[in-house]
Amino acid sequence: MNLQPTDTKPLFMRGPSLGVRMLLIAVFSILLMVLDHQQGHLRTVRQALAVAVYPIRVIVDLPFTAASWAGESLSDRGRLLSENRVLRTDILIHQARLQRMATLEAENARLRALMDSSARVSNRVVVAEILEADLDPYRHRVAIDKGNRHDVFEGQAMIDARGVVGQVTRVDLLSAEAILISDPGHALPVEVNRNGLRTIALGTGDTSRIDLPFLPNSADIEPGDLLVSSGLGGAFPAGYPVARVMEVDRDPGRAFATIRAEPTASLNKEREVLLVWPRLTPVEPPMGTTVQGDPEVSPPLDPGEEG
Amino acid sequence: MAAHRRMWPVLLSFLVALSLEVTPMPDGMTEARPAWLAMTVVFWAVADPRRYGLGFAWFFGLLMDVLKGAILGQHALALSVVAFIALKFRQRIRVFPIWQQTVTVTAIVAVYAFLILWIDGLTSDVSIEPERALPVAATLVLWPLLSGLFGWARRHLRVA
Repeated sequence: MNLQPTDTKPLFMRGPSLGVRMLLIAVFSILLMVLDHQQGHLRTVRQALAVAVYPIRVIVDLPFTAASWAGESLSDRGRLLSENRVLRTDILIHQARLQRMATLEAENARLRALMDSSARVSNRVVVAEILEADLDPYRHRVAIDKGNRHDVFEGQAMIDARGVVGQVTRVDLLSAEAILISDPGHALPVEVNRNGLRTIALGTGDTSRIDLPFLPNSADIEPGDLLVSSGLGGAFPAGYPVARVMEVDRDPGRAFATIRAEPTASLNKEREVLLVWPRLTPVEPPMGTTVQGDPEVSPPLDPGEEG
Repeated sequence: MAAHRRMWPVLLSFLVALSLEVTPMPDGMTEARPAWLAMTVVFWAVADPRRYGLGFAWFFGLLMDVLKGAILGQHALALSVVAFIALKFRQRIRVFPIWQQTVTVTAIVAVYAFLILWIDGLTSDVSIEPERALPVAATLVLWPLLSGLFGWARRHLRVA
């Protein structure tokens, strides 16, 4: 920095001194943090500012969108054709599986009707794109390009083709922020698909690992078991795959087994995720609560059918 | 005098710094993201303290809070502290040779990084790892370059 004659220190300070101004700003900032930490007080302020910074998120994301677009439009015809062929075969296989699903679903609904519990209904799903932006390297948070305008809500489940990815933590007008299941602050109610054993899966800060710390040594769980979301807690729809158990370590000296699992969803690779809108008809009315009206005829509370 | 000073190059540098704060880094470098906005705040606070002082730093800190999804006020407070220190030692920083200036700015960024970590620790669980010091180290490397670039802009675009 070179010295210029124009910017010398003013002889007399105007207004309050630097220290006083710093103190005021510090007090105001701390007040802001306290208000924001107690959820919800500053939601409108944050939403207004979020609209202001949305262009920055889009601009940061732009080179990556452009690169993927260029990759698509510049790739050669042969590769596209072969990719197309592979996708076509995939669709065929999935449709064949779906045919079986239809009969199974009908059967399931019949059995559930026999058992007097309301039927599971398919969930509405919308594709959202993860904005290429690093929020904090020590937390697994992502920004997505759907927000209030697309009826995204807080706590909404986010999945990809292979399993649960995370859930929405904050919704702005045009975008939303989500926490991945691998974030150290995330917990997800799961059950073992094989036998329905329920537990909680905790994120570890490593995208290829989640832990199940609350199972006793005697629990019936083995490496290779699939964990699916149990739907308890209400945030996640039940039955989506979450992780596969990799390692079960039973140390008789400790009360709980050390169990590691690997998420089935590719948490740090996919750019596209699915947002799920659950139907608000309860699958099984929980004990001790009364269901108002007939669950079968209560109107679906979600705003429309899209996918 | 003051009326002829252009404002847009400074605003632009702040916006670019803000974008760089969330731009994806190459693999393995995510922890080493330099404190772009803090460095920008220091340079312009020293260059033109009456315009780009505490309030300016605070406002851009608030934008960064929203952009990063942090608790509102966290980066705002930390950046205004950065501006405060820069303004306090302004006369000295201005005449320092570049290496001494780099050391001073690195120290300021260390204070900034500590404040961010501290507020993180108060509001949620944090793990304290040696990688937390990487942004500060990146400042040590980048300040001479950034200061050269801003200095050029300042002289040729007549901003401050």
